[in-house]
Amino acid sequence: MFDTLTDRLSGTLRGLRGRGRMRPADVDEALAEIRLALLEADVNVGVVRRFVDRVRERSIGGEVTASLTPGQQVTKIVNDELVEILGGSPLDFQFAPRPPTVVMLAGLQGSGKTTAAAKLAQWCKSQGRNPLLVGADLQRPAAVEQLRTLARGIDVEVWSEPGDPVACAAGGLAHARQTGRDVLIVDTAGRLAIDVELMGEVARISDAVEPHYTLLIVDSMVGQDAVATAEAFHATLEVDGIILTKLDGDARGGAALSVAEVVGRPVAFASVGEKVDDFEQFHPDRMASRILGMGDVMTLIEKAEAVYEQEEAEAAAQRLAEGTFTLDDFVDQLRQLRKMGNLQSIVQMMPGISDQVRNADIDDDRITTAEAIVLSMTPAERVSPEIIDASRRARIAAGSGTSSAQVGNLLKQFTQMRKMMGGMMGLGSKRRPASRKAGRKRGKGPTRPAGSSRTGGGRTSSKGGPSSGKLGTKPDGGGIDWEALDLKLPGR
Amino acid sequence: MATQTPPDGAAERAGGPAETGPLRPAATFASGLASSRRTLRDRLASIRGRRPDGATWESLEEALLGADVGVATTMATLERLRSTADDQDIVDADELVHELADQMRAALDADRSLHVSAPDRKGATPVWLFVGVNGVGKTTTIGKVGARLSAEGQVVVMAAGDTFRAAATSQLQTWADRCGADLISGSAGADPSSVVHDAVSAAAARGADVVLADTAGRLQNRKNLMDELAKVRRVADREPGAVVETLLVIDATTGQNGLSQARAFAEATDVTGVVLTKLDGSAKGGIVFAIEAELGLRVKLVGLGEGANDLVDFDPDSYVDALLGADPDAGVPASHSPEQARPGD
Ligand SMILES: Nc1nc2c(ncn2[C@@H]2O[C@H](COP(=O)(O)OP(=O)(O)OP(=O)(O)O)[C@@H](O)[C@H]2O)c(=O)[nH]1
Ligand SMILES: Nc1nc2c(ncn2[C@@H]2O[C@H](COP(=O)(O)OP(=O)(O)O)[C@@H](O)[C@H]2O)c(=O)[nH]1
Ligand SMILES: [Mg+2]
Ligand SMILES: [Mg+2]
Repeated sequence: MFDTLTDRLSGTLRGLRGRGRMRPADVDEALAEIRLALLEADVNVGVVRRFVDRVRERSIGGEVTASLTPGQQVTKIVNDELVEILGGSPLDFQFAPRPPTVVMLAGLQGSGKTTAAAKLAQWCKSQGRNPLLVGADLQRPAAVEQLRTLARGIDVEVWSEPGDPVACAAGGLAHARQTGRDVLIVDTAGRLAIDVELMGEVARISDAVEPHYTLLIVDSMVGQDAVATAEAFHATLEVDGIILTKLDGDARGGAALSVAEVVGRPVAFASVGEKVDDFEQFHPDRMASRILGMGDVMTLIEKAEAVYEQEEAEAAAQRLAEGTFTLDDFVDQLRQLRKMGNLQSIVQMMPGISDQVRNADIDDDRITTAEAIVLSMTPAERVSPEIIDASRRARIAAGSGTSSAQVGNLLKQFTQMRKMMGGMMGLGSKRRPASRKAGRKRGKGPTRPAGSSRTGGGRTSSKGGPSSGKLGTKPDGGGIDWEALDLKLPGR
Repeated sequence: MATQTPPDGAAERAGGPAETGPLRPAATFASGLASSRRTLRDRLASIRGRRPDGATWESLEEALLGADVGVATTMATLERLRSTADDQDIVDADELVHELADQMRAALDADRSLHVSAPDRKGATPVWLFVGVNGVGKTTTIGKVGARLSAEGQVVVMAAGDTFRAAATSQLQTWADRCGADLISGSAGADPSSVVHDAVSAAAARGADVVLADTAGRLQNRKNLMDELAKVRRVADREPGAVVETLLVIDATTGQNGLSQARAFAEATDVTGVVLTKLDGSAKGGIVFAIEAELGLRVKLVGLGEGANDLVDFDPDSYVDALLGADPDAGVPASHSPEQARPGD
């Protein structure tokens, strides 16, 4: 058997380039290999069948991009379609206006619910929230004790009462209201989708706490049964999102695709280890490459996409250079950067940047923390950071789960960066308010400066799975690691 | 029962499910697999009684792939079936399914006995070591095996070798209490090898019949954790203990990663058999076909629920019947195992 899709497709990929229109024979040849790759990645047979049919329809007769072979073209369509299913409209986790925001976790035995409950609590804390965990698994031996042990490590209270899990969950909700907790996370017992009695029970728990978010916990090692399980849980609970667990393993994780397709809801978080801080935002593009089992093919395809990405990056660099940059823009950019997968690509495009800065290590951890800080500021503060005094700083720190010193340092860096950029480009930062809107517009236009090249940029799609972008804080101290916030942006 | 006695008769069987603990009536293989059976039988129903054609082969392929048998093993299985069909000029889809069931049963024909003593290490305390990735059911299986062996009158000691997972020891303690076994544990974060060693020494001192050693779940791509596990096995196998079974626990919902799990754990710990858990759900656990075929590791026990009694011996005939919906009332003559009782019968 072939190891990777790249091996499989090598025949197809060597086909003639730029042959004009995609011919059915080309498409079928590529799709036959892609079908096997998906099956080997544990995507459900039914899902694969529907998926391949859809891609065939989209591909046949379509234009072949000049730089791609038909095999590559089909692969690109497959990849785009995968990314779309896995995270087309990402879960926009909104805290309820009237707290507590109730989150319920459900899934098969051993899928990772209890661990995910603690991780989610930690994540909420990092968002400046004050969560309560509910141990409503009264079935598995020592399940509540497991949750308590995990919760102790992150200093979160656990509510549980023996007897009936429905009453226990309801009690947890009442307790959260009484004690002013703004998030309630309910851990439930593992259950089989075909266990009518227990599925009824989880439905009653759901009725009792009326979750804002019901998250299905899916083990990334699961095979064909993912579809049956997801269907049953979705039919019973109306799942809002998925948490994919054990992604630190080497499973290709095709179940993610099966479940996302069946449920029609995005994968929200990725669990990547047994420790409480092994929790990340989910990256659909990385997952797509992982499922397809290909690195090189994507590199080829990325080259074709690079033109588009480069334009995006250049537009961002342009705004930065204009000095029309507010903290709002900053967050905006951070998000965009994360989407692009690599902050360096932008830094590298900026003129006049020293090699030291160019090669500085900037990763998602830092972005997440910086984002949390800026999000805790008022709109006025974001436009005019100079109004942030000590008391405002303390408020922002509390809201973002960081320290005043961290907030201060971020502001210092931001100011320095703005000043430096302004000076370098011969533009002041005075025009700020007027051009802010224009600066925020997503630049897709072809403003291509000649000669700028990206050396090490591009998407960080690795076969080994997600590796950066941890949400939340270190497990030990409870505070945010200051090193992790040390954004080495230009100007430092 | 399908399990065979080894030729030398040195190893003993661990007893059937009928004698197990007091909690609730034992699940049977057949009842536990009822749900798997329904869907596959439905799928194959449409091809029965017709001449095999392209659609027939496609249905068979989808049935096997849909049971997690995997691309490579499915292709190899159907390749073989195709050549038999050609040789024997099989013109009826029913007969084809029948032949497939035959071939799959034949592939699963093997010694699946469990060892409760070390023939070459007289006097050593036998240890069963349970290994596998996170959340597959190692601890629960120890609880069930403990219940079974205790009910047979064996004196069981459990070793809380999972010193990593939160509350892992309490979980095992609950199971130990249920069957009256002794539990030996260390503190959280303690070296698992030394906990297991302590347990074996304590068991030897008490003259216990067997030690059931739990280990923390670990993903097979974590080299240091796999090394740690190899060490646990080595230490458990030292005087006064002798590891007689290293059982790899595989969750029936596992997809193709199961093969990589089996490969890595076998390499690190000399796995002697597989426990297939959660077969009471809708997943079919077909990856064990690939594990058996490629690595020669045999499924010995099957988990059919969360209760102490929900453990049975693996019975290849019932398993294949259930997978293919090829039991007698579904139209395939049961010419192969009428004399063999099903577990639980
Ligand atoms: N490597 C790894 N292990 C994980 C991950 N998430 C959970 N685990 C482990 O998987 C096992 C099961 O996790 P739990 O959180 O107890 O799962 P659960 O769904 O609550 O299990 P039940 O309550 O028994 O149904 C534990 O050993 C966890 O430490 C992950 O992302 N990676
Ligand atoms: N339905 C079902 N659940 C099981 C079975 N075996 C274990 N479980 C459940 O799976 C979960 C994980 O089991 P556990 O023994 O803690 O796994 P470990 O992490 O490998 O020790 C628990 O909720 C068990 O109750 C089984 O055969 N059937
Ligand atoms: Mg749990
Ligand atoms: Mg365990």
